Amino acid sequence: MADGGSGIKIDPMEQFEIVPFFGSELTALSFTNSSLWMLLVVITASLVLVLGASGRALVPSRLQSVTEMTYDFIRRTVQDTAGDEALKYFPYIFTVFVFVLLSNLLGLIPYSFTVTSHLAVTATLALAVFITVTIIGFAKHGVKFLELFVPHGAPAPLLVLLVPIEVISYFVRPFSLSVRLAANMLAGHAVLKVFAGFVVAMSFAGALPLLVMIGIYALEVLVALVQAYIFTILSCVYLKDALHMH
Amino acid sequence: MEGNISEMGQYLGAGLACLAMAGAGIGVGNVAGSFLSGALRNPAAAQQQMGNFFVGIAFVEALGLFGMVIALLLIFAV
Repeated sequence: MADGGSGIKIDPMEQFEIVPFFGSELTALSFTNSSLWMLLVVITASLVLVLGASGRALVPSRLQSVTEMTYDFIRRTVQDTAGDEALKYFPYIFTVFVFVLLSNLLGLIPYSFTVTSHLAVTATLALAVFITVTIIGFAKHGVKFLELFVPHGAPAPLLVLLVPIEVISYFVRPFSLSVRLAANMLAGHAVLKVFAGFVVAMSFAGALPLLVMIGIYALEVLVALVQAYIFTILSCVYLKDALHMH
Repeated sequence: MEGNISEMGQYLGAGLACLAMAGAGIGVGNVAGSFLSGALRNPAAAQQQMGNFFVGIAFVEALGLFGMVIALLLIFAV
């Protein structure tokens, strides 16, 4: 924990605290800062996408280009990774991408709250993807979907070893998908806060860590974009496994 | 000098768990370096492999981040 020399104490984890707005007790139904920012993410996404898609000008405005490029980019990603058949599930993948991207980006605004830094949120998103993909696999292939756990062309004695490994690696997917996103967001924001502590503690020499912070902030914007993309592309890879089996 | 031995173990363990990040650093560097050397040999094929590149980085990085989560758990949750 960052401890300023002159007794200034900055807790890098304080920013992730969940605070209810009404009442002091945190219950399952209380409206918290996390809920508020999730709501803001949904409102921003709806505004950008609806306004951007309603113009339909031949020479697009900036907003329209952003909307069209995002749509086109994710559509191409789904098509390239999971095939034409997966385009049926494109709306779901696009929704997940926009939600994760905007939560990451809005979380970078100072004094805001990063929704995706909480494992509870990312685990819900990852489990939704995992369960959907598993159901799609069973609906398409029936019991033959279990062949996913049996690698092709492996000698029979090795299968005793390989099948458990494949099963474990399948069920670890939602865990790694959610932890990757949450830990990335958590680590980046904690590092920013620790450097902010240095700026305060070093008074005039604090200009130096301030310059470093600008660099780290730029890196965090990149991380926010890349992590949203990785979440999407891994969902596409899992979808491909379910649709085409290997 | 205060504190007890279990607290010391907690912090030592957290520090050791962060060594996982070193491995992730080596791994991500390896992925990026290999991608770049491949991309410079055949720039025409590089664009199609961007997806694989990010997936590779994601898998490597996740293992390092698991170590970091263990460290955070040791400090804040245990």
